[in-house]
Amino acid sequence: MSQAEAVRTSTAQAQAVRTPSVLWTFGLLRNEMWTTFRRWRTLALLGVLAAVPILVGIAVKIETGDRSGPGGGGGGAGPAFISQITNNGLFLVFTALAATLPFFLPMAIGVIAGDSIAGEANAGTLRYLLVAPAGRTRLLLTKYATVLAFCLLATLVVAVSALTVGALLFPLGDLTTISGTQISFAEGLGRALLIALAVAASLVGMAALGLFVSTLTSSGIAAMATTVGLLITIQILDQIPQLHAIQPYFFSHYWLSFADLMREPIYWDDLVKNLGLQALYAAVFGSAAWARFTTKDIAS
Amino acid sequence: MSETPATEPEPGQQSAGDGVIVTRALTKRYRGGQLAVDGLDLAVPAGSVFGFLGPNGSGKTTTIRMLMGLIEPTSGSARVLGRPMPRSARAVLPHVGALIEGPALYGFLSGRDNLLRYDAADPTADPRTRRTRVAAALDRVGLAAAAGKKAKAYSLGMKQRLGLAAALLQPRRLLVLDEPTNGLDPQGMREIRSLIRELASDGTTVFLSSHLLDEIEQVCTHAAVMAQGRLITQGPVADLAAGTRGRLVVTTPDPADTARILKEQGAADVVIAEDRVSAEPPQDRDLAEVNAALVTAGVRVRGFGVERASLEDAFVALTGEGFDVAG
Repeated sequence: MSQAEAVRTSTAQAQAVRTPSVLWTFGLLRNEMWTTFRRWRTLALLGVLAAVPILVGIAVKIETGDRSGPGGGGGGAGPAFISQITNNGLFLVFTALAATLPFFLPMAIGVIAGDSIAGEANAGTLRYLLVAPAGRTRLLLTKYATVLAFCLLATLVVAVSALTVGALLFPLGDLTTISGTQISFAEGLGRALLIALAVAASLVGMAALGLFVSTLTSSGIAAMATTVGLLITIQILDQIPQLHAIQPYFFSHYWLSFADLMREPIYWDDLVKNLGLQALYAAVFGSAAWARFTTKDIAS
Repeated sequence: MSETPATEPEPGQQSAGDGVIVTRALTKRYRGGQLAVDGLDLAVPAGSVFGFLGPNGSGKTTTIRMLMGLIEPTSGSARVLGRPMPRSARAVLPHVGALIEGPALYGFLSGRDNLLRYDAADPTADPRTRRTRVAAALDRVGLAAAAGKKAKAYSLGMKQRLGLAAALLQPRRLLVLDEPTNGLDPQGMREIRSLIRELASDGTTVFLSSHLLDEIEQVCTHAAVMAQGRLITQGPVADLAAGTRGRLVVTTPDPADTARILKEQGAADVVIAEDRVSAEPPQDRDLAEVNAALVTAGVRVRGFGVERASLEDAFVALTGEGFDVAG
């Protein structure tokens, strides 16, 4: 083998070793998911979310056990669908999602999203990730993807917990939609899954808002508190009739539209408005977070 | 790597005379108006162990952060491995291992998982070799036995070692180590110093910031001194210390005779302090001859030697003040 050839071979080897595969870039995402979902804090949040359907299910069971009358009565008060649970355990899924969506779910998202960048900055690990170099855009996308994965997982935890408790405590079977028609249990399950996805999608805007707040500060606690504070403020403002002109732009305004998936036929208007609004929030606050994070001096 | 054709724009492939780190009038003014780094012209030669000295608040860390692309300079430019920073951060930083302002770890992860995470953050790190490289890095800093322990249970010295291990996950061309022996016991300090020498002998350029002058003297070939955001001096350590020459010190029960003979031999600035006589060594005489002259004259000599000028003397001579001045 000539010397030139030897040189070429070793160069080729050097490049083979040095040329990173495009797939390697997802190593950070995999690690981020793994790191987030094995964290005690994340598991505690998911545990709280899983407990909500259990509490609701037991409460309904005790309530109807006392009355022991058919149909139980007492409808109207409490979250949507609650009066139907005794007839069909599947309704516990809808009830639990309706009960957790206004506060528990977004609060959990607020904690995870708010802490995403700010928590790393607070611990000082952000500088080492960036020097690694994670790349600012890549790190931000990784964080957002993980928060979105958490939205989905958190919603599914509520839904699965509710389905399990519902199946254990109450009868299952065909169910009656809001429109009064009957659908089979299998289709009901499909609707439940669809509703879970709609609920998870409802949190996309909130997640982007939390991520943006997280890029503004280097205190994880401050970012979490601000995000959850914004959530509560928006929820309160959404109740004030005088503000009804701007309410359609609140990220939580169409959240309960998922109930429309229980109509026959499905009423899509508000669902589509909700998805559009979430996409808008994701675009606006996602861009803001990107603009902020890619130009920020990392001094912590 | 040396076979890589010159046409390849590889970071680290510099034309002759180019330093591993070169800054031109690098300046950072923080939003409050405070001038942290003021017109810094730094040149770190390839293969050197470069000591970066200065009191707290002199702008060392700000400089390092600019070099690592963490903060944007207000004006001026910085090139690392021949490429502009922070623009080329993604090409340059995989070749740079850094320990900045102490280690930062995920307390809820084990030492090994911390390194796996930092390695995963580097898109040029091969996931197939990740576990072996992490194990090798842990071994290198003496943490193999504590690899499975949660990082929050680590002592400060162990955290420091883990931070160093993170900088050694890949073969690097440049190591930037900010106070690497902080929190280590004397044994740990020795280990880290020998590690630095070992890395330097492999051809890695080491950029070492420290406030411990003797540490810099022990391991560094070159040094730069900063004070209040400005570069006071830089160059080979030998040249810096040469600015203030060493003194000849004789310990003897006959100080008066010693002083007379030293003067005869051409020594200047003779100072007697009890049984210690010190002087500027004569320019043109072998010190062995000076010693022989003392003995021939019947002077009893207990000790004879040259006290080398320390970098601290050089620093004091340069700044006219003590080293531990908070800027």
